[in-house]
Order: sequence, then C-alpha cells, then structure tokens
Amino acid sequence: MDIFLEAFLNVLSIKNIIAMTLLIPLGMMAGALPGFTATMAVAILVPFTFAMNPIMGLICVSAVYCAAIYGGAFPAILINTPGTPSSIATCFDGYPMTLQGRAQEALFTIAFASLVGGFIGTIGLIAFSLPLAKIALKFGPPEYFWVSIFGLTIIAGLSGDSLLKGIAGGVLGLLISTIGIAPVGGDVRFTFGIASFQGGVELISVLIGFFCIPEVFKMAKDPVGSYLKSTNIGHEGGGYREVIYKGFKNAFTDTINLVRSSIIGLFVGILPGAGGNIANLIAYNETKRASKDPESFGKGNPQGIVATESADKATIMGSFVPLLTLGVPGSPVAAVVYGALMIQGLNPGPELFTKHAEITYTFMMSFFVAMALTVLIGMFAGVLFYQIIMRLPVRVLVPAILLLTIVGSYAVRNNYMDVIFMLASGYLGYVLSNLGFSPGPVVLGLVLGPIAEKGLVQGFLMGNSMFPGTPWLIFFTRPISIVLIVISVISALWPIYAARRRRRAAL
Amino acid sequence: MKRFMTGLAIVLLFVAVFGVFGMMAEAAYPERPITYVIAFNPGGESDITARAQQPYLEKVLGTQIIITYKIGGGGAVAWSEVPRMRPDGYTIVGHNIPHIILQPLQRKDTGYKTTDLKTVCWFQATPNILVVPVDSQFKTLEDFVKYAKEHPGQITLGGSGSYSANHLGTVEFNEAAGIETTYIPFTGSGDAVPAFLGGHVTGLMTYTTMVANYREQMRPLAVATEERVSIFPDVPTFKELGYDYVEGAYRGICVSPKTPDEIVNKLADAFKQVNETPEFKEMMEAMGFQMVFYGPEESEKFVEDRVEYYKSILDKLEMK
Repeated sequence: MDIFLEAFLNVLSIKNIIAMTLLIPLGMMAGALPGFTATMAVAILVPFTFAMNPIMGLICVSAVYCAAIYGGAFPAILINTPGTPSSIATCFDGYPMTLQGRAQEALFTIAFASLVGGFIGTIGLIAFSLPLAKIALKFGPPEYFWVSIFGLTIIAGLSGDSLLKGIAGGVLGLLISTIGIAPVGGDVRFTFGIASFQGGVELISVLIGFFCIPEVFKMAKDPVGSYLKSTNIGHEGGGYREVIYKGFKNAFTDTINLVRSSIIGLFVGILPGAGGNIANLIAYNETKRASKDPESFGKGNPQGIVATESADKATIMGSFVPLLTLGVPGSPVAAVVYGALMIQGLNPGPELFTKHAEITYTFMMSFFVAMALTVLIGMFAGVLFYQIIMRLPVRVLVPAILLLTIVGSYAVRNNYMDVIFMLASGYLGYVLSNLGFSPGPVVLGLVLGPIAEKGLVQGFLMGNSMFPGTPWLIFFTRPISIVLIVISVISALWPIYAARRRRRAAL
Repeated sequence: MKRFMTGLAIVLLFVAVFGVFGMMAEAAYPERPITYVIAFNPGGESDITARAQQPYLEKVLGTQIIITYKIGGGGAVAWSEVPRMRPDGYTIVGHNIPHIILQPLQRKDTGYKTTDLKTVCWFQATPNILVVPVDSQFKTLEDFVKYAKEHPGQITLGGSGSYSANHLGTVEFNEAAGIETTYIPFTGSGDAVPAFLGGHVTGLMTYTTMVANYREQMRPLAVATEERVSIFPDVPTFKELGYDYVEGAYRGICVSPKTPDEIVNKLADAFKQVNETPEFKEMMEAMGFQMVFYGPEESEKFVEDRVEYYKSILDKLEMK
C-alpha cells in the first residue's frame, strides 16, 4: 500500500500540479481543433520530456492526453465536428442539444461524465492491468475479425431513420477504407497511379469532411446574425449554478449507463489496435439499445453524450494497459510513449512493475489527477469556447472554420491529398445528408474496415496452417470467436426484436 | 512610368535580398534549421533513432533539427516526394533497405525509383532474428527445423509487413533449410508482438530490437548476420548452424538527387560523428540496433548490390 501512497503524493507535488495546469489548456486546444489529434499533441510534447525526470515527463504526457481527448468534445457539441475520433458519437446528441439552446448544459454534462470515465479507467489500470492484459492477448486475428463484425452490427443504432441507408453508408465506408496499400499482402489498390494515394484515406480528414463541411454549408445558408442565437442562461434563468446542476444530474441519473460506458471504453482501449474511435460508437449504441426511449437519441438526449464521453476517457487508461504490462504499444499515443520510455532508458513491460514500480504507479495515478484537473479547467474552457462561437457573426465563423478544416486536414499527415479528400468527402457528406444519410455508418465502416480485413486475411493464413484446405474453420472453432459470433448475431437481430416489442407496446 | 519604376525597384530589391540569402546558404551550409522527415509512425524504430540522433546532430551541425512525419504506403508517400524536393540539403528523409528497393520492383506506381533517392548514408542495421516463446518446445534451431520438416506448413511465423526484410527473410530461410513455414504479415514489427505473446503464431521472424525489448518472453533461436551480434553473444548465427541466410533492414537518410556533393558529404560526416559518439552508440546498441556506416559512395554500391540480390530472390520466388 505504501507504494500507492507514495505514488499519489508524487503526483500531487506542487511542481507536477503546475506543469499539468499549464499543459492542459494546450492539450485541450489541440484536441478541439479538428485535425490535431491527441497523438500529435503528445508527439510534440515528448521531446521536451527528455529534459525532465521520467516521472514528470510521464505526468505531462497523461495531462496532455486527457486534455486533448476532452477538448475533442467541444467542437463536437458546438459545431457538430468531432475534434478527435474519440468524440464522433458525441456529435449525435451533443449538437442537437446545442441547437436546442442547451450547449452549456451539454458542456457541463460531459465534465461529470469524463470525471467518472477517468476514475473507472484509472481504477481498471491500477487494479486489473495484468488480468485484463491476459484477456486481451487471447484475441488473435480471428477474434479481431469478429470484433469488427460486431462493430458493424451497430450500424442500425447509428443510421437514423432508414436502416437501408445506414447499411449503404457502412458499405461506402468499408470501400473507402480499401484505398491504398493493403494492410496484409502489400497490394496497391485504387490509387489511380497517384503516389500520394498509397497512404490510403486518413480517417480524420474524412471525419472533418463528413461532419464539419455540411454544417458550414448550412450555416452559410443563413449568413446574417450569429450562429447560436439562444443560450441557457437568460432564457431559462438561474445562471451557472443551475446549468452546472443540470449537467451533474444528467451525468448521474443513469449510473448504469455511466459505469457500462466506462467499462466498454476501458476494455476496447485495452485491445491493441482498437481505441476511442470505436469505443465511443459502441458505448453510444449500447446506451441507446438499453434505453427505454431509444427514439429520443439523436435528438438531444444527454445520456448519449454521457455514454460517449465517459467511454472515451476510460479508453485513455485502457490503452496503456498493454504498454505497461506487456510492453506492447496498443494505440498511437502509447506508441509515442513507448519511444519516450525507451529513450529514458526504461524498458516497457513487466520490468516497469518491479524495477521502476514507483515511476509506473505514479504514472497510473497521474491519470486520475490529470483527468480531475482537466475537468476543472475544461468547465471554464468549455464556457469560453462557447462564448467565442456564440459571439462571432456567421460571416466570420464560416470562413474561419473552413480555414481550420483545411489546415487541420493537411496537418494530420502533411499531405495535400488529405485536403482534397476532406473537401471531396465534405461535398459528398453534404449531398448525403440532404438525402437523409447519417455520417455515423460511413465513419464506422472506415474505422472497422482495415481491422476486419487484417483479421480476415491473417486468420485465413493461420487457418491454412491448421486446417489445410478448409482455412475458414478457424473462424468458428475458437471459444472467444464463438462468443463474439453469438454477440454479433444478437446485436444484428436486436433492431427486429426492438421493433416488434415497440409494436406490441403500441397495441 | 513612375509606378513602373517603383515596381521594378521593389522587384529588384527582392531579387537582391533573396540572391544574397541564396549565396549565403551556399557559402555555409547549414545556415538554417534542417527538417528530418520520418516516413513511419511516431514511436517506431525510425522515430526512436531520429529522436536519439537529434541532440547530437544539432551539436555537430550547429543548427536545429526539426523532426516531422510523412506517413503512408510503407514509407512510399514520403519517398515519392524526394525527387521533387529542393536540392539544398535542408530537408533530409529517413529511408530503409529493403523498402526502397522492393517497393519499386513490386508496385507499379510507387512514385519514385530506387535511383531517385540520393543516399547520404546508411547508419544503422537491424538484422533478422528468429524467436519463439520462452516456454516453446523448440529449444534450438535444430528442433525447429526438424519439426518443420515433419509438419510442412504448420509452423506460422509473424513478421513486419509484406515484402519486408522479415517476409523475404522467412522465404530465404525456408529455402536454405528446405522447409515450409507460413509467414503471417503484421502492420509493423510491434504489431506482431501481441499475436506472439498470445500464442497465435508459433514464432516471429523479427528484428534484433524486438528481442532487446522482450528478453523475458522471447527465446532467440538464431540471428541472420555474418557474425554474432554483440548484445546477444549466446545466440548463434544461421551461418554457424549451416544455413546460408543473412538478412535484415538498414536505415539511413536520403536527399534530393541533385543535391551538391559538398552538402551530402557534410551531412554524411555529421551522421558518422554521431554514430561514433560512445554515449549514443551505447544507447542504440542496448536497444538492439547494430551500428554500421556506409558513406555516400559506398552506399551507392551497396544499394546496387542489394538491388541485384533482391531481384534474384524475387525472380526465384516468382513473387514479382
């Protein structure tokens, strides 16, 4: 127990608290700018940490990471654009809340949801790292294939009015994901002779295109006046105390939702290769599925953002489980930290718990403290962000956002092709949204396509060595695969069951 | 007319100013910060190496080194821009063998030819190494080959990517030993580790750096070098055990093909000095990297040899 206390005191030293407080606004800004991801924020920070002692360096990493993921929710709620892929589903209910004049309520709701997500994530990281990592290792290529199939079954929950349009969108996303070099086999696909296409389509530039550009077009339709006309305060009276209380109530009325979403986030985060981009979508869908009133989702139900924002915070801690226990960087940010640890002379993996236990536990503890500070600063930052957007006239806001989308999509990979993709998908997104397609399934297909493909091809290769002639058997003979298949089938059939239940209730 | 004269004067002033800057740049390279482009993800071997080199390079060259990333297509996206880059030595790009050789041979529209990349130097190697889990039934390479002969195709070996040193290495080893194993490509050497630790593959054909990281979990059977690697003195080479198989990846930097020789030489010298710094060398070797050095001229020859070598392997395997 001593070690925990020591670690906790380490985090709370004045020096570290000051460092975190200074870095959190920067991380939040990076997260809030579409195109600048948590990975980039951490990658920029890391060289500076070489000059610090390992403990302080790692604490800075956790502060920037938490802050960037938190910041990603601001544009999701206020302008319907996820700042990072971890906040995709936050748009679905966060933005409708803004349109109803409940933006500040939403911003305070995610503050409390994040706090719980961060808390549960940290507990999971500290208490259950080793067993959780062992479970994650049981997932081989066939299991990853089934996980992504399960992921695709939630299309129904994300498709809005028409399931058929949702499936079409999902297929479109899967197809876009095949552009570039095949993840296994190295074949070149759909590059049309353009060298830059070899890198494939970057999720973030498509996200910006699909979510942000149509919104900007809609804003431009009504260029007079300001974008957010009504506010909570004034219209509903009561001032900040009231709004904060509402946010608090939103987060805690359905504790099952909070805990379930955080656990989903934690576990998805632990799986190497899966992260916040998938966790927030799954958590959103499960909340909607469990709700007695699924119709209210997508129309400004605060439980939607409670789910996504608690889940994506828990993925932060989850993504460090494989790195710290096994030395396997399971996410892009963990990979950056892996590099940093190596240069600091710390060997990622089991050694961290024996030789460098103090550093490791301090790092783990620092997540919760960083998250608490982030939430505290995030409340002010959210209000500030909101005030800025509210006050800017649309004729300033539209070009400013457009400029940011271009800079952001270029910055992801320093590749002008991403800007072209962003604009093209923006136009496509605008047309599709007018036709009643929602962007969720497209993005889902894009995220899951490469995981499904890799799992399928690697699984077949494995299968060929185990069952020569009938390689597909491998997908149906492993225990975890079978569990995943059952879950997928239930999930796929759920909409039919739910529709029947509703019909019966209506009778 | 007056307006024209003013315009002319401004233009001339610009020309003069930029001309002077241009001459200064030629006079004393490097005059301003150098951008070091990494073609792979942050946290990978190339990134770790560049981050480790950065402070030493800055000291030797007397200017700032800015590390940026241009990721995609297994490095091809970054390398396809090298031929079009300004030949002034202010943008240097990390590149790898066999990637820059195999991609143009295997893909149609890589966007660059191997000879388009002017190699400044190769400064580091990561040899292939065959590993199995510590609790594996295979204690020696002999056990492994014997089992593979009795059970053709049943052993699965994970490695980094398709058409990589790991991939070709597995094929070369199969041929040298007269066995058949199944190679399973992963997206990067680190990506294969969870599958290895989870027992989803029999072993890995990976790089020495991986074994340095996972000493507790990996049992190296043999390393694909001419001589034993200094940090694993107990691990035999394939050659010692009678298999003619040497393979691995090399890392270096390249610049635009028209870059003047003085600049190329100056950069090569700087990287050489960094390599020879004892502190740096020790750090890199502890991480499992092998320190080598090929200067600009040796590099050209080296690449030509490797091109012929890989062509022969690709032909032999009809993978082309």
